[in-house]
Formats: sequence, structure tokens, C-alpha cells
Amino acid sequence: MTEPIRLKTPLTDKDVEGLEIGDRVLINGVIYTGRDAAHKRLSDLLKEGKKFPFDIQGQIIYYVGPTPARPGQVFGSAGPTTSYRMDAYAPALIEKGLKGMIGKGMRSDAVKEAMKKHRAVYFAATGGAGALLAKKVKKAEVVAYEDLGPEAIRRLEVEDLPVIVINDVRGNDLYIEGEKKYHKG
Amino acid sequence: MREIDVKLITEKVRDLCIEANTDLGEDVLEAFDRVIQKEESPLGVEILKELKENARIARDERVAICQDTGFAVVFIELGQDVHLVGGGLKEAIFEGVRQGYRDGYLRKSICHPFTRANTGDNTPAIIHTEIVPGDQVKITVAPKGGGSENMSRVVMLTPSDGIEGIKRYVVQRVKESGSNPCPPTIVGVGIGGTFEMAAFLAKKSLLRPLGRKNQDPELDKLESEILEEINKLGIGPQGLGGRTTSLAVHVLMMPCHIASFPLAVNIQCHAQRHKEIVI
Repeated sequence: MTEPIRLKTPLTDKDVEGLEIGDRVLINGVIYTGRDAAHKRLSDLLKEGKKFPFDIQGQIIYYVGPTPARPGQVFGSAGPTTSYRMDAYAPALIEKGLKGMIGKGMRSDAVKEAMKKHRAVYFAATGGAGALLAKKVKKAEVVAYEDLGPEAIRRLEVEDLPVIVINDVRGNDLYIEGEKKYHKG
Repeated sequence: MREIDVKLITEKVRDLCIEANTDLGEDVLEAFDRVIQKEESPLGVEILKELKENARIARDERVAICQDTGFAVVFIELGQDVHLVGGGLKEAIFEGVRQGYRDGYLRKSICHPFTRANTGDNTPAIIHTEIVPGDQVKITVAPKGGGSENMSRVVMLTPSDGIEGIKRYVVQRVKESGSNPCPPTIVGVGIGGTFEMAAFLAKKSLLRPLGRKNQDPELDKLESEILEEINKLGIGPQGLGGRTTSLAVHVLMMPCHIASFPLAVNIQCHAQRHKEIVI
């Protein structure tokens, strides 16, 4: 097993072009959270030509709806949610400058195409490892849509958040390649 | 007739919600240990180790194993010689869920189907009540996450599909679910009954501890055969490729109508959470 790659956000084209499927990456810096309801609202802003509540250039969105934090805890349990529900919204965000997404589960062809075209990557964090992932969050604040509760957009500062590259900028897909490799006919 | 105050039910449901969501069963941890030995994918082994570490942190720090703390599914076996006093059973259970999800810092994940407005306290709960002989009450709380539930299906096969038809459908369902339900999964299978009973059987089968054999030799054989086929798929831990796609297949069966052959597949993620208590 090779050593993980450390990346700092915001990500550049060069950062993402260096990544290949199966690479283990440790993310450092600021990332944003957003899932179903937040994506719906961001998509409405785009349609209306309005400004986003945060600068999306080079950023990573983590598909997560955390549990409330216990007193003394920075952030509640925070594993990824299944990404396909964000597929309808993701291509437009990638076009706007989004460089990375963290979730779990396979993306649609349209999202993969947008990642190739606009140089972005899709990472998976371990689904169900919410307690472990929460410990990597050093600071958290709501930046938009507080009314959505766990679905609000939060700005997180993370240290060595462990993820794996699922889709790279060359159109490869670890879910397809991994299954192929271990499939027994 | 034994009297039980429903306040006690509320208290126990509250505690079970918190315990189930923070303390993964020993049977699941032992299953992780068994499959780590057999997993061929280095990345898969890493994931399985991460899941063990995650369970340890959750237990030590009393935080949720997974942020999706689920729909609270509550199974009640109510002794027919019990007289519940002090209020309604349903409301007592809902109150237990409310308190458990509040006091345990668990996520409230229940919303209106159209507006998606959150109910705010993780109620309603899903309650399955069975009246049984005796003067005790058994309560089981089994929080069910959305990701794996979304991959579940009920299908009305035709009788001519036979056992092969069942195997084909279940394996295909797991294949199509891929990485979405957080493998390694546990696959609950309900066969027979009616449309809704097949789904109930599939859900109930998930309560059996991992590693315990099916008492029916024919179903035990079916479980092993389906599991073997599933683990040939290559999906692996988290769908990244590997040998461990499912930890177990659990089957419950009952007779069905001469015209029917109902089948339900309820997929459960690796965070197989359920706790029970007998009052």
C-alpha cells in the first residue's frame, strides 16, 4: 500500500490532474458541506443568476449531514451520504469551478463527463465511519441555510481527512475497475 | 395480570435508541475480524480496519457510529398477560424516541415526503407489535439508515421461478446496489406470505445475530449459496473491489398463496444496529 497524498484546499487544476483512481488522499484546509436540500437551493441560485453563499472556486463539497455535536465535540458524526442524489445538480457546480466532491457510491455519466471536461475529481470517504471522520474536523460553522438543520451548508476546517479517489480527470472509475479486478465469473 | 407503566417503556426505548446507535454489537465486530482474514484487496482490508476503529471510537466516546442514525424501527413483543397503564403504548414509544434522539445527540432524519420539512424529533417511529403468551414485554430498537434502505425491493415472482429465481434476484439486487448501501452489507430476505409480509420478514431476519445459523437446514443452505454468489461479485468493502461484499444473508420464510411467490430483499449496511431488552 503506497503512502497517502496530502492535499490542501483550494485545489488547482494541477492538484487534481495528479490524482489517479485508488489514490489515498488526506485533505487539509477548508471544505464545505452540502447534501440534497442545500444542492436544490444552490441550483435555484444558479438559475436566478444570484451569488453563492461561499466562493466555490477550487473548493470541495462534502456530501454529509452530521449528527448534532456532543458538548465538547467540534463536530458530530460525519460520514458521507450516497452521492447519486446530487447528480442532477453536480455538473453545473463543477462548471462553476467546484474541484472536488466527497461522498459514496457511483456517479452518473453526466457528472463523470463534467469532471473530465472541467478538471474535477470525486472522492469517497468510508461510509459509516462517522465517528472516526468527525475527529478530523477541527472547526465548523454554518455559512448558509441554518433552517435545514443537518442539511445546512457548513464551512469545515479539516486535518488529514482520509478519502480515496474514485473518479479522476481522465474518466476512470474505481468502482468499475475494482469490481472488475475481483470479480469471479 | 401484570401492570406495567408505559413510562418504563419510554425510558427503555430512549436508552435503546442511544445504545443501538453508539455501541456496535460484538457479533458485527467478530464478523469484521473473520472477513479481514479472507479479504484479498489491500484497500478493502484498510476499510475494514477503519470500520473497527470507528466502532471503538463511537463506543468509547458515546457518539453515533454513523451520522445516519436512521428511522427508529421498534419491535414490541407484548405478553398477553400484561396490562399497560399510564398512557398509550404508541405515544410512550414516540416519546422514548424523542428523548433518545435528543439526549444521545443523534440526527433527526424524518421528514414530510413532499415538502421534505423535518419533523424535528425523529418521530414517528415504525412500530411492529406482536402479542405473545406471558407477562413480559420485549422491546427491540433497530435504527435503519436511508442509504441501504433505498437499495431494498419487494418483488412478486411467479411460482415457476423457484429457488433459482430467488437466488438470481437477490444476487442481482446486491450487484445493482454496488457501493451505495455501504458494503459489506447484511442481506435480509423474506420469502412467502403476502406483499407486505415478505418485506416484514426480510426486515425481521436482520435481527438475528451474525454468525448464528438459520435453524431451518434448507434455508441455511440457501443462505450459504446466495452469500457465496454475492461474494464472487467483486464489489468488496465500500465497493472499491474485493471479496467481502456481504457479511451474511439471512432468510425468513412462510407459506404463500398458491398463485404467488413474494420475495423481499432488505439491505442493511455494515452498521447493523439493534439492541433489545425484556421487561
